[in-house]
Amino acid sequence: MVRTKQDDAFEKNVARTILASMQTPAVGEAGNTGEWRTMRPILHNDLCIVVKSGKPTCHLCWMYCPEITVSREIPPVFNYTYCKGCGICATECPTKAIEMVPEKEAPSCEGNEGGEF
Amino acid sequence: MPERKVITGNHAAAYACKSAGVEVVAAYPITPQSPVVEKISEFVESGELPNTQFVCVESEQSAISAVIAASQMGCRVFTASSANGLAYMYELLCWAAGSRLPIVMCIATRALGAPWSVWTDHQDAFSVRDVGFMQQFVESNQETYDTVLMSYRVAEDPRVYLPAFVSYDGYILSHTTMSVQIEDDDKVREFLPPLKHHLNLTDFDNVHSVNPVTPPGLTIRPEGNTPGYYEFRYSMQKAHEYSIEIVEEVAKEFGEKFGRYYGNGIYKSYQADDAEVLIFAVASVASESRGVVDTLRNEGLKVGLISLKLYRPFPIEHLRKAFSKAKLVVVFDRDVGYGVEGILCAELKTALYAAENRPKIRGFVVGLGGRDITADQLIGGVKLAVQEQEIPEVEKNTHVEFIGVHLEELGFKKEEF
Repeated sequence: MVRTKQDDAFEKNVARTILASMQTPAVGEAGNTGEWRTMRPILHNDLCIVVKSGKPTCHLCWMYCPEITVSREIPPVFNYTYCKGCGICATECPTKAIEMVPEKEAPSCEGNEGGEF
Repeated sequence: MPERKVITGNHAAAYACKSAGVEVVAAYPITPQSPVVEKISEFVESGELPNTQFVCVESEQSAISAVIAASQMGCRVFTASSANGLAYMYELLCWAAGSRLPIVMCIATRALGAPWSVWTDHQDAFSVRDVGFMQQFVESNQETYDTVLMSYRVAEDPRVYLPAFVSYDGYILSHTTMSVQIEDDDKVREFLPPLKHHLNLTDFDNVHSVNPVTPPGLTIRPEGNTPGYYEFRYSMQKAHEYSIEIVEEVAKEFGEKFGRYYGNGIYKSYQADDAEVLIFAVASVASESRGVVDTLRNEGLKVGLISLKLYRPFPIEHLRKAFSKAKLVVVFDRDVGYGVEGILCAELKTALYAAENRPKIRGFVVGLGGRDITADQLIGGVKLAVQEQEIPEVEKNTHVEFIGVHLEELGFKKEEF
C-alpha cells in the first residue's frame, strides 16, 4: 500500500506516546513468586532482637527484603506467597535469628503458603 | 565570550559536557577514552561544574547502569567508553534505548580484542549499531564538541527520546590537539534548554516502576491496557525513522546559532556535485579521503567524497539522493561484518537497492587495529575500482578485499600456489 501523510502522522504519534514501560506497582504482577523458592526463611524468636526487646528496633530483615515480603511487626512475619527465598534477610540478620531451611524439610511445608499482610 | 582552546578530542568531549551542564557522569577508564572522564572529574573537583555529580564505579557495566538510573531520575547524564569496555556495556545499552532515555555517550573508537589492541578502528562502534542508540561519527575535535551538544538536543527532543553515541577515532582524534571553539554557556543554554524528561522517578506522589516483565501480549492494568514488548519496540523503530528530520533541523539551527555546519547534518560531501566516482566512508577514513579526492582530481578523475555523519538511524533517502548521479561508489570500511563484508558497504548496498540510480559499489576493508591508512592505499583502491568497473566477475565477487595487509613479509608467496 502506498504510504500517506496520515500514516506518517499516525506513526509519529505512536513513537512520541509509547515511551518507557511503566506501571503503577501492584501486588502479584508476576504471579505467586513464592513458588520459585527452594530455601525458606524461618525466624527463631529466641534470637530475634525485635522479639526480645518487644519494640520495632532492628527490623533489618524488613529493610533489606527486595520483595517487601517481611512485615514490620513484632515478630516480623514472612509472606511466603511472594518470598523467593533469596536469603538476604538471613545474611543481614545480626543475631542469625533467620535460618534458611530447604523447602522439603521446612516445618509445616504442606498447605502453608502464608498470606497477605 | 566564546573561548578558543587547543585541546584533544577527549577534552573537546569533556568541554561539551561542561557546556551542556551535565548533572551526572559515571565512567570507567579505558584507553583511549580515559582523558574524557579525567577532565570532567577535574571540572567537578575544581568547582567549575558545581551541579554535577561524578560517580566512581567499578566497571563499564556499572557506569552505564549508574547513568541509566540517573537519567530515569530526570538528570542530563554522560558516559564514555571504548572497545572492550563498550562491549561490557552491551546489555545495558539495550536497556537505555528500550527505556527511551536521552543519554549521550562518547565512543573513542578502538579495535576489539583478541588479539589485544588499543589502537583505532571502527569495529566497536559498528558492533553496537543495533542496540537502539542513535549514532554519529565525527572528523575533528570541533565536530566532537558540536556533535555532543547537538546530540543532547536531538536525544532530549520530545519527538525523539532516544540515546545517542558520538564516535570519534581513538588517538587520531582522541589524543590529537586541534583548535576548538568553546561556546558561551548562556548561548549554549539557549540552544540546549534544561532537560524535560518523559520519565522522572523522583516524583513520589506518582510512584511508578519502570520496565516490569512485559509479556508478548497487551497487559490489562488498573490504569488500562498497557503495551506489550512488541508495541514498545515498534515505537522505538518509528522514533528512529522520524528522528532523521529532527537531526537535520537541529544541525541547521546549530549552524545558524554558532556558524558551523557539518554538511546537512546527515553527511558531509566534498567535491561530490559533478563526481562520477564517489568515496563513501566515515570518521578518520573520510578525513584521509579528502586529500585523496584532491590528488585524483588533479589527475583528471572526477572523484568526490560522501562522509557519513549520521549512521543510526541510517539515512537511506538522503543516501539515495547523494548517490543519484554516481556511476561508481568505493566504500572504505575500517570494520568488518565477519562472514559478510564491510558493514558500511553492506548497508549502502541495501540502501541503494531500491534507488532509481544504482551505481556499482566496490568495498574495501582498511586499517583494522590501527594499521596506518595511507593516501596511496586509498588512491590505489579507487583506481583499481575504476579500472575494473566493467568486469562482471569483479562485480560478482563475494570475497572481501583488504588493503594494506602485509603477507609477503610474512613469507606468503602467491606464485607458490
